[in-house]
Amino acid sequence: MKTVMGLINLQENDSLIKEMTARRPLATIPFAGRYRLIDFSLSSMVNSGIENVGILLPAKSRSVLDHLRSGKDWDLARRHEGLFYLPAVQVNNEMRDGDLKNFYRHLDFLEHSAQKYVLLAGSQVIYNIDFDKVLRFHQNTGADITMVYNIQADENTAGGTVIETAENGLVKDIARQPVVYEDAKISMGIYLLEKKLLIEIVKYAFEHGGSDFLVDGIMRLRSQYVIYGLQHDGYVAHINSTASYYRASMDILQPDVREDIFSRDNSIYTKTKDEPPVQYKKEAKAKNSLIANGCVIEGSVENSILFRGVKVGRGVHVKNSIIMQKCDLQEDALIENVICDKNVVITQGKWLKGASNYPLIVEKNVVI
Amino acid sequence: MRKTECLAMILAGGQGSRLGALTKKIAKPAVPFGGKYRIIDFTLSNCVNSGIHKVGVLTQYRPLELHNYLGSGGAWDLDRKDGGVVILPPFAREKGADWYKGTADAIYQNINFIETVDPEYVLVLSGDHIYTMDYSWMIEAHKQTKAEATIGVIEVPWKEASRFGIMSTDKNGRIVEFAEKPAKPKSNLASMGIYVFDWHLLKHYLEEDAKDGVSSHDFGKNIIPKMLAADVKLSSYAFEGYWKDVGTIESLWEANMDLLREKPAFAMDDPAWKIYSVTASLPPHYVGPSGEVTTSLVSEGSSIYGTVKNSVIFPGVKIGKGAKVINSVIMPFTTVGENAYVDKAIVAQNVDVTAGARVASADGTIVVVPEGEVVLSETGKKQVG
Repeated sequence: MKTVMGLINLQENDSLIKEMTARRPLATIPFAGRYRLIDFSLSSMVNSGIENVGILLPAKSRSVLDHLRSGKDWDLARRHEGLFYLPAVQVNNEMRDGDLKNFYRHLDFLEHSAQKYVLLAGSQVIYNIDFDKVLRFHQNTGADITMVYNIQADENTAGGTVIETAENGLVKDIARQPVVYEDAKISMGIYLLEKKLLIEIVKYAFEHGGSDFLVDGIMRLRSQYVIYGLQHDGYVAHINSTASYYRASMDILQPDVREDIFSRDNSIYTKTKDEPPVQYKKEAKAKNSLIANGCVIEGSVENSILFRGVKVGRGVHVKNSIIMQKCDLQEDALIENVICDKNVVITQGKWLKGASNYPLIVEKNVVI
Repeated sequence: MRKTECLAMILAGGQGSRLGALTKKIAKPAVPFGGKYRIIDFTLSNCVNSGIHKVGVLTQYRPLELHNYLGSGGAWDLDRKDGGVVILPPFAREKGADWYKGTADAIYQNINFIETVDPEYVLVLSGDHIYTMDYSWMIEAHKQTKAEATIGVIEVPWKEASRFGIMSTDKNGRIVEFAEKPAKPKSNLASMGIYVFDWHLLKHYLEEDAKDGVSSHDFGKNIIPKMLAADVKLSSYAFEGYWKDVGTIESLWEANMDLLREKPAFAMDDPAWKIYSVTASLPPHYVGPSGEVTTSLVSEGSSIYGTVKNSVIFPGVKIGKGAKVINSVIMPFTTVGENAYVDKAIVAQNVDVTAGARVASADGTIVVVPEGEVVLSETGKKQVG
């Protein structure tokens, strides 16, 4: 993929997932016991042979920089190209909202890159794709822009960008819808187009008053370009609400989903933490759960995901929950349908229960 | 670039022949340990955590996997501009090539390398012990006592003392006598094979010893006794804590089992003293609806659908439904098929224990299954190694 560069846009809409993004952008939401959302699109890029990747940073960028650092864990700490940070434009009173201004501000990065094509992606969609097949589709169809989409398995009340295509994949309509119905084609936020064209679109849209890349760059200019849609049939999860985050997390407990996303040939890379193996004690009981290194299990864990360094004390029952890094669940606590953010302490004997379709969220560092 | 005060030299060239099948294809320091690590990870992590950033690793026996594993030292934070890991296998000269003939000879043949570093002190370590230790305290003690050489020692049970090199010391900790595996030990302070030397002194003794035709060019057998005889100021540094030479199948199995006690004998989870290793990019391990794991260590990428008790499970291991793994060590990427039974075994990497197979001995001895083997259920009880 010497001809394709990557661009990851981390200015993403997090309004429906506010409890988890109060202090971090979508990109660094912990997922699947060990990862952050950005690991998936970034790993797909690296595994597809893309070696020049620009990251359009969100306003809250500290956790992104802390996670990606030099790019070494993704093999992107290179002498030539590699990972490149594109900071968010400082906002003042006259500035428009929206992500388009960041594209515009960093056009020179695109101009100085050697590649012919740009693969643009976000971080809020989970998948494992070989982008080489996207490039070949793009070249075969002669499209100006290729969008990758998936078929929505069931209703998603957080909405999404729905596309309509003809038999041959030609895109006939793109619309942002607040509720997405079953069998709809949803854009995965993946675009492949020539770098020249991307620059042209960004320039035109911004200079003509635009503020949002998707709306003003793609949707409004749709009639001027030939856009094709490519369907991806592997596992896809759109993380745009707390409910979809919870559902996707529970999906990861299924072996065939894990086999798709965490294939050994195309691993998902992430920042290494050098945690020791999980210690299971005498009374440990784990069933249908994903448990990260560094945990110590003395109690019972069912249908749950434990991130690194979680302590499950004696007599504790964890069920249908997601417990993030370094939480301390003390003796006899009961935790069901809960998402605990990092460093939460649940003291002895406390009971926490969310609803099966609406998990209880405990914010970072809280002690209960 | 700051000058290196102390250079570490890790002796990692041994076969570890008493580990039998486990070291047929790899050197002993590359043998997996503790559910996630390789034996050499402990010494390397000790170095970097002690602030020692220039480390020579002397390899010889079957070094391929070890060399691949070490790479440029990045996993242990040892890929530095002013330091780093240097791999030192035997090499040829104008007048031929020589294998390393002994621990002292290995260092002697690398004098040129050490001269380019020009350190004050050389820390000689073995790559096949399991322990955590802050070497900077030992180096500090060496400086404080103004010793010319300091030997790390540990108290061993008296009844075991005759297995070790035993040091007798005066009330100031200065070594006055040394006996290699004495029948009647005069002390229970055993040499750990950890030495801090003033470089110039060490260089002199290595050069002299190289000329000695009857010497076996070994630190314990030759260099230390010669220094002692010449009245060199040899100090002892007492180490307290867990220290294990996992050179036999029994000791390797025991050391792994030590990790499973209610209060593990050896802590690998001290955040202040991280044990680094090369980790594969694998998701957290998964325990299925029929999985049962107790009193065990399990690492990333594994999937457990059967019963695991009192065992150490490395990354990427698959345990099938109905399978039972007890008192065992299952090394990376091995599969234990449905309804298989494994008891008191060390199963090496990439083994396929097929469905219904049985890996256990009739008399309670430890079974070793070598790398890559396929264990069939028809063969019944399989005992190898």
